[in-house]
Amino acid sequence: MLLTGAEIVVRCLAEEKVEYVFGYPGGAVLYLYDELFKQDAVRHVLVRHEQAALHAADAYSRSTDRVGVALVTSGPGVTNAITGIATAYMDSIPMVIISGQVPTAAIGQDAFQECDTVGITRPCVKHNFLVKDAKDIASTIKKAFYIAKTGRPGPVLVDIPKDITIAKAEYEYPKSVTMRSYNPIIKGHQGQIKKAVQLLLDAKRPMIYAGGGVILSDCSEQLTKLVRTLGAPCTNTLMGLGGYPATDRQFVGMLGMHGNYEANMAMQYCDVLIAVGARFDDRVIGNPADFARIARKIIHIDIDPSSISKRVKVDVPIVGNLPDVLDDILRLLDASADRPDQEALGEWWKQIEEWRRRDCLKYKQSDEIIKPQFVIEKLWEVTKGDAFVTSDVGQHQMWAAQYYKFDKPRRWLNSGGLGTMGVGIPYGIGVQLAHPGSPVAVVTGEGSVQMNIQELSTCKQYRIPLKICSLNNRYLGMVRQWQEIIHGNRYSESYMDSLPDFPKLAEAYGHVGMRIEKPGDVEGALREAFKRKNDLVFLDFQVDQTENVYPMVMGGKGLTDMILSSEDL
Amino acid sequence: MRHVISVLIENEAGALSRVSGLFSARGYNIESLTVAPTEDVSLSRMTIISTGSDDIIEQITKQLNKLIEVVKVVDLSEAAHVERELMLIKVRATGKDREELKRVADIFRGRIIDVTDSTYVIELTGNTSKLDSFVGAIDASLILETVRTGVCGIGRGDRILRL
Ligand SMILES: Cc1cc2nc3c(=O)[nH]c(=O)nc-3n(C[C@H](O)[C@H](O)[C@H](O)COP(=O)(O)OP(=O)(O)OC[C@H]3O[C@@H](n4cnc5c(N)ncnc54)[C@H](O)[C@@H]3O)c2cc1C
Ligand SMILES: Cc1ncc(C[n+]2csc(CCOP(=O)(O)OP(=O)(O)O)c2C)c(N)n1
Ligand SMILES: [Mg+2]
Repeated sequence: MLLTGAEIVVRCLAEEKVEYVFGYPGGAVLYLYDELFKQDAVRHVLVRHEQAALHAADAYSRSTDRVGVALVTSGPGVTNAITGIATAYMDSIPMVIISGQVPTAAIGQDAFQECDTVGITRPCVKHNFLVKDAKDIASTIKKAFYIAKTGRPGPVLVDIPKDITIAKAEYEYPKSVTMRSYNPIIKGHQGQIKKAVQLLLDAKRPMIYAGGGVILSDCSEQLTKLVRTLGAPCTNTLMGLGGYPATDRQFVGMLGMHGNYEANMAMQYCDVLIAVGARFDDRVIGNPADFARIARKIIHIDIDPSSISKRVKVDVPIVGNLPDVLDDILRLLDASADRPDQEALGEWWKQIEEWRRRDCLKYKQSDEIIKPQFVIEKLWEVTKGDAFVTSDVGQHQMWAAQYYKFDKPRRWLNSGGLGTMGVGIPYGIGVQLAHPGSPVAVVTGEGSVQMNIQELSTCKQYRIPLKICSLNNRYLGMVRQWQEIIHGNRYSESYMDSLPDFPKLAEAYGHVGMRIEKPGDVEGALREAFKRKNDLVFLDFQVDQTENVYPMVMGGKGLTDMILSSEDL
Repeated sequence: MRHVISVLIENEAGALSRVSGLFSARGYNIESLTVAPTEDVSLSRMTIISTGSDDIIEQITKQLNKLIEVVKVVDLSEAAHVERELMLIKVRATGKDREELKRVADIFRGRIIDVTDSTYVIELTGNTSKLDSFVGAIDASLILETVRTGVCGIGRGDRILRL
């Protein structure tokens, strides 16, 4: 059947069962928008800035097992989208981005709204394509979805010149893809898996360190089984939260720079460590030389060989798809005559409980001033731990990660790798559309929220009833914290002056705003907000300006070198 | 350590920039890079000369493999292999230098492929150190221009890199 390029694009999206396209129109994509207009299989969400389109599509991915889709025009549409693409790339989020390009004949002519999209996005996509012939559109889009979703996931961009959207071609959507140059490994090496199982069974002080890979590959069930079978402690990275139920006894909390004392200690002093879809990030293991100071055997499962032995040398590398590898490990554990050493485990847990008694997340409550940690604790209570929580970047992000106990995967959305301020509200949009009717909280700060505040308008248009919990400390708090600790209290440009009246601002956009100033009002306000099922409520919590995030491992320090409170300074 | 990395890659527009971009983005060393289509024109073959610790070279091969268009990567320097590079060198050849330059070129099995009354262009193939020695063996003030292809390499005997 002969169709125009634009028709083909929209058909392909429908074929991929794309529910929403997040985007913003412009000259180079006019024909695409015209086709979107003529059908109703694929719904379009009009954001107010392309960055938000990317974040919303990214959140749609993060909170489901589907691929988010964004559509932007050439030139400024693409450059505005870059932050969103890079954010998804750093956290390995599958996404397909369709960008308009100037007509083929104009490429290279410094044409109006031309930019070298393939070149400019190359370092922050898993792959990208420039389509030069309408007959290649269908196979390229098919490949884009396939590449985005398989192996180590990531964003894939398809750049389509305007003339290609008008040109006609025979349309048939390919049923499958094979690429000789791209074949992600699925099954792990059986010999390595056997070795790993034996190490785990022989361990005296086993430790399970699980990351974003568990969420991305939907294997928290297998992970939970592994943790239970081994009787070992389990920690999650910031990206892995919800991969193992946080309210379980065997969970020792998040690890890393702002990780729990017991998690970091167990990480350092275990004798067998198994890393499950986690990449030994510098915010996680601190100084690698200090980490290597203590001998332990390390097993590392990851689908991306380049994640393995990048920063930390491992003993048993296993390249493979987590669900498959974990199934194999569980099967072998089951079949083995050996059992974990209960006596050694008993000793190990005694030690861990002792570390746990330090109660590293305790903070001084106040009757006068709202403690930010308290807001998150109440948020958890009020939502019964069952909300989707998106966060921006800063202190509030760390408090959300520490105090909201995620029991389920894909409930916690934040920018870990790039640390992009401004993701909060657009993430909320993506999640809410993917999960209509579910409570969605956006934990943010007065700094971050201003980076995509315009999306309050999108929320109004699409009736997205987010509960925005702004921990307003009148500071770029995370920056202020570093300046306090490292730069002798010189708060260079970290004070947020001239803040708008946020509740009024929310009202101006047609939403509900509340200002909360007393600790006693926190719970009531939250309850009231979540009762308003159909309203977006902006809760402006006036919180303690001086509060810091603890524990804290300073840059360059070892993992166990933790500052536990301001008294340690 | 110096490594000779061979890459089979889809012969597509932009593939080269993915490889060179990878090296610059990650701060890897690149001494030379050669690329041309193979007997199967849908595939190009690159030879990359890089230096780095074993850990870095391991990351380089892993990162290369990760590029979607890369089909195969082999570190040739892990086993027996041969390397060749081609150099064209233009020298001032007048008076008694004409004889001397011809003599040195012969010793290195070079060929004079262009002659004027004041210049020669000498063509020389060999491994990098042979080319370096040739350049060292002639009077530096006579050298007008040099151009080298960079190294291409291939495994010895039964070591075969193909689809
Ligand atoms: C202000 C701030 C503070 C931070 N502090 C901390 C902190 O204290 N603690 C902390 O943990 N992080 C912290 N981070 C986040 C940190 O920067 C990293 O983003 C995070 O630690 C990386 O998580 P991860 O190791 O789980 O890897 P991810 O980035 O989630 O990567 C997932 C890994 O899983 C692999 N994978 C994906 N799919 C599969 C599959 N199917 N099979 C097998 N493997 C797969 C991938 O190849 C990759 O290696 C902080 C970030 C910010 C912005
Ligand atoms: C786009 C962007 N710019 C700058 C930074 C650096 N940065 C990290 S946290 C932070 C402060 C965030 O302030 P706020 O949103 O008020 O959160 P708080 O730390 O006060 O909770 C800044 C500026 C960043 N992460 N992202
Ligand atoms: Mg703040």
